[in-house]
Amino acid sequence: MSEADPESVQSGSAATADASGGGTSRRALLAWGGAGLALGAAAAGGTAAILRQNSEPAAPGTMGMAVPFHGEHQAGIATPVQDRLHFAAFDVKTKDRAELIKLLKEWTAAARLMTAGLPVGEGGFGGLPEAPPDDTGEALGLKASRLTLTIGFGPGLFAGDRFGLNGRRPVALVDLEQFPGDNLDASRSGGDLCVQACADDPQVAVHAIRQLARIGFGKVAVRWSQLGFGKTSSTTPDEQTPRNMMGFKDGTRNISGTDKAALDKHVWVGAGDGSDWLTGGSYLVARRIRMHIETWDRTPLQEQEDIFGRDKGEGAPVGKSKEREEPFLKAMKPEAHVRLAHPDTNDGATILRRGYSFTDGTDGLGRLDAGLFFLAYQRDVRKGFIPIQRNLAKNDSLNEYIQHVGSAVFAVPPGVRDKDDWWGRTLFT
Amino acid sequence: MSSSARSALLAAAGLAIVTATATGCAQKSDGSPAGALQVTASDSACEVSKTDFPAGKVTIQVENKGSKVTELYVLFPDDRIVAERENIGPGTKASITAEIKAGEYEFACKPGMKGDGIRTKVKATGNGGEKRSPELDAAVAAYRSYVLAQAEESLPAVKTFTDAVRAGDVEAAKQAFASSRRGWERTEPVAESFGDIDPKTDVREDGLEPGQNWTGWHRLEKSLWADNKIGDEEKALASQLDTDIAEWHKRVGTAEITPTSMANGAKELLDEVSRNKVTGEEDRYSHTDLADFKANVEGAEKVYELLKPVTVKNDAELAKNLDAQFIAINTLLDKYRADKTGYDFTVYDKVTEEQRKELSDGVNALAEPLSKLAAAVAK
Repeated sequence: MSEADPESVQSGSAATADASGGGTSRRALLAWGGAGLALGAAAAGGTAAILRQNSEPAAPGTMGMAVPFHGEHQAGIATPVQDRLHFAAFDVKTKDRAELIKLLKEWTAAARLMTAGLPVGEGGFGGLPEAPPDDTGEALGLKASRLTLTIGFGPGLFAGDRFGLNGRRPVALVDLEQFPGDNLDASRSGGDLCVQACADDPQVAVHAIRQLARIGFGKVAVRWSQLGFGKTSSTTPDEQTPRNMMGFKDGTRNISGTDKAALDKHVWVGAGDGSDWLTGGSYLVARRIRMHIETWDRTPLQEQEDIFGRDKGEGAPVGKSKEREEPFLKAMKPEAHVRLAHPDTNDGATILRRGYSFTDGTDGLGRLDAGLFFLAYQRDVRKGFIPIQRNLAKNDSLNEYIQHVGSAVFAVPPGVRDKDDWWGRTLFT
Repeated sequence: MSSSARSALLAAAGLAIVTATATGCAQKSDGSPAGALQVTASDSACEVSKTDFPAGKVTIQVENKGSKVTELYVLFPDDRIVAERENIGPGTKASITAEIKAGEYEFACKPGMKGDGIRTKVKATGNGGEKRSPELDAAVAAYRSYVLAQAEESLPAVKTFTDAVRAGDVEAAKQAFASSRRGWERTEPVAESFGDIDPKTDVREDGLEPGQNWTGWHRLEKSLWADNKIGDEEKALASQLDTDIAEWHKRVGTAEITPTSMANGAKELLDEVSRNKVTGEEDRYSHTDLADFKANVEGAEKVYELLKPVTVKNDAELAKNLDAQFIAINTLLDKYRADKTGYDFTVYDKVTEEQRKELSDGVNALAEPLSKLAAAVAK
């Protein structure tokens, strides 16, 4: 591994990026929902580096910046949503606990470098001509592009005491039930580990997963992966909500990445929640939701708007004129998507969505293989995704146009605190 | 594929061999660069101007004063080729530039391009090139013997197959198909380095160039499994395969082999598995892919076994990893054969998608560390 210290690299460029801000940046930082994250980094000795954390959405000029890797929570959850995704689920092939731990440490080291915009290992060129380079090189010269790498542990990791983790499976890491209408493909579901790579440059996100897969060969194997583009929900409420592949704004009411109270209540696992190792972490549900694009496109406008409960132009809820006005649920049809997904319809159940659109070409029948790669973070799957999805699967009029074809659930550990810390330390030690 | 395999071998050889073309190399009379070695060849002699020269980048100028076409080889003591220049016509000159490390060598002129040639012992000295490692030389020599033995064993195995085809016995030919390929598959990167043989013996239908006749194993495979019949054309193709394999056997001893080309060849064997076998593309009619798979792994394991003493010294952790991964892949392959010493494998169309994924993961697990073997032996 290279001795290059990503923190110092971050600090170096941070000084430039924040030259005009000074103390303002730091205040902005403390106001940010991930304040705990920032404080965690500060406690760990990070100084200028933490000033990189920006409370504003990705403004022009910030696109190439590095998001701090160290903190109380993992980056990539409350972090303002980047434009692109490469998500990968892995099966663990090794039976050796020590080897798995070694891999997690190697992954952490690589993630630390890549999120700082640096190549892994000894780099992409200049080594022995007879040997393949450590880094595959396709991200050389590209900026950090706000790359975040977020790891999760699937139920399989705890099964049958494979790695001496008997009894450490969090109670809220439940196997998801078969919801009505699910048509799940095993080769696009599950996984012992997952890594979510988000970046503003697709090549940076793809590179990151590719390196981790390569480092992991023999110890883990990619089970499935998904590319995503065009973030479909925003954790930055002052930004316009992006449109999904159906042309609608969906996810307007998402939890804001700056709303610390809401994050603590609905997203971060608390100290008394049952599994101490997961405190400061979260739970992730990933669903590949295929859209029947062609039939949707033949649906009359009024019906489309009724199905969502919003108008197509502005995105305003039924009876309102602006996107962010409080929806009046009873004005919507009983099967309207927004009405059924709303916390008020689900006893307050609230999740943080981070989904992306996907288009994987066509499906052999000439139909666009497209839809929503849904990612939801929550404090407890049983109180977050499950009740909401039960309600939607049963009643949502949108179901005629979508099908859930992939599914996975993961426990997402807390953040890597400092340069000596590693992904999964709280679970394995 | 064959030509790229050859250039990969050359690139990996670590010996920058620059062989000038017959026309381009013609030197002005006595316009020879300073320090160049002069070799004067005739029909009965091979005179070398200096038998002791500084190691490093060496230029050798050959003048053929004889009446026959000749060639010049620079050989390691075990007959491995450092550099060569063929087709030097009577009365013409040629030159060879090669990176020659300190050590002992032989120059061989071959008037009429036949036999062992007229030999002269020479010595490269000094620090101009790194010293050769006797340990690695031994590994290369042992691998050369292995490659030769594989080609020798292939002759009767191929004949069993082609005899059955000539006899019109479809069942017997099917039985003999996979084992006729074993020696070739074990040494595939070397076998493929003969760019003219591989397209005749091992090409698949989709690999044919316009105007190229489809010959070799896979052409016969299609007749046997897809058409289930043998005609006169197939019988002629069987004899053609015998001829081509005999040619391979004749020439395989002259292949350029270096420690790094061995190591990268082992990785290429796994690449073969990863590209063509795991997908079921290679033996798409017979579905005997797993027999080829096993042979590729065996060939790679042989290379590793020979390079292991050096690997352990230079990168102990890599050696440990490779030990474990070879065991893992062999254990995985054993699941698909009833008899652990035989080569009767499950037909590949009976291998499920899930099992193919497991095999593919196993190949990645071995090939990734194997790609680091060349660097470990080059240290």
